[in-house]
Amino acid sequence: MQRILILGGGVGGTLTANLLVKKLRARIDRGEVEIMVVDATGQHVYQPGFMYIAMGGERAANLERPERSLLDKRVTLVVGKVAQVDDAGRVVTLEDGLPLSYDQLVLATGSRIVPEAIEHFDTEAHHFYTAEAAARLRTALDRFKGGRIVIGIAGMPYKCPPAPLEVAFLIESELRDRGLRDRSTIDFCSPIGRAFTIESVSDMATPILETKGIELHTFFNVETIDAERKVVQSLEGEELPYDLLILVPPHKGQQFLMDSGLAPAPGGWLPTDRHTLLVGERPNVYALGDATDLPLSKAGSTAHFEAPVVAERITAAILGRAPAGKHADYEGKVMCFFEIGDGKGTLLQFDYDHPPKPPKPNQLWHLGKIVFNKTYWHTVPKGRV
Amino acid sequence: MTETAVTITRTVDARGSFCPGPLMELIRAIRESQVGDVIAVYSSDKGSKIDIPKWIEKAGHRLIALEVRDGYDEMVVEKLR
Repeated sequence: MQRILILGGGVGGTLTANLLVKKLRARIDRGEVEIMVVDATGQHVYQPGFMYIAMGGERAANLERPERSLLDKRVTLVVGKVAQVDDAGRVVTLEDGLPLSYDQLVLATGSRIVPEAIEHFDTEAHHFYTAEAAARLRTALDRFKGGRIVIGIAGMPYKCPPAPLEVAFLIESELRDRGLRDRSTIDFCSPIGRAFTIESVSDMATPILETKGIELHTFFNVETIDAERKVVQSLEGEELPYDLLILVPPHKGQQFLMDSGLAPAPGGWLPTDRHTLLVGERPNVYALGDATDLPLSKAGSTAHFEAPVVAERITAAILGRAPAGKHADYEGKVMCFFEIGDGKGTLLQFDYDHPPKPPKPNQLWHLGKIVFNKTYWHTVPKGRV
Repeated sequence: MTETAVTITRTVDARGSFCPGPLMELIRAIRESQVGDVIAVYSSDKGSKIDIPKWIEKAGHRLIALEVRDGYDEMVVEKLR
């Protein structure tokens, strides 16, 4: 019996498990291969929906389903938190002491937010990276009667790179609808020298910021929040006063990956081969999704397109053949929708060698994102798209 | 520019990292350094030799050197504040 152990029941872990069942069904049914998913909560959360709790009337209950309901019945699900990975001994130990041996290991452990890394973040800044925080932001927006809104990024890398720009565009649109735009200013702070990391997307977004009257501040790396004076200060020496502060919190990889020597501190991102998705020089340990150190969006879409590669390479290893077909290697494919506001959106589609060429924003891409969000449960985790 | 009189306090080898990785690694090093420290950054990302000097100017530090090496660029920066 060979065990494929998958840590994490998010997009990457769930899809990899279900794709492996499709590829190895006969061996699983004969008891030669076991696929096991370990998830900390046993609940699968559709995180891209959080932004819509703040901006689009979404409800938290619609964004969560039991992980068991999304996994093929042939996959074993273990609910528990991982304490340590012993790669030399090929065993993962859970916090309750349960040891789980493996032959192939998939690290789909995602990222975590660390707002506590910045003093006063919890009391002064809003964000939309949990359902609860997004709901609090919605309440704050409902109470907002005009003033200074500052939107920024308090650490890179972070999940869903377009999200802060999307939120800026959507809030600007909402303020106009509510008749509050003339009484408000919106500042958008980017840690780098342009509005977005990818140049072609930045070139698209910058004129939209100008058209909407959103002031762009480049090289603004959030350093401190002065709660008394209600100003956010950058490492570069700039400060902006706010009435409503919205910041992407700093992100890190999982602590147990650092403790186990698999990912370097302080970020905790797994050193991952950009094509094979192998971690370091290990022949049987893969990473996908937010957990990697790849120069790509930390987004469900990335995990979605990486999972078939992990599944193919593990299948090839078990069957004793070379990886084959269009999923033999990962080419950096990512595809995601990008909200512009006023019921319009665009599409970002790219890979390692081809930067995105976003089409002119229109209603179709906005509707595409809404439909994708609603149908997610029946498509992505089950490998139907 | 010359390197003769400069003592490098810390070296950030960001070769193989892509934009904005080298800049973010320099920012982390600046945060962890003392005023007067001199940091050398190695980057193979072609955008770094444009972005990093711009950031150094905005942040009020001093670019001591920018050298083209074999397959990468080396930027040397002094933390001024």
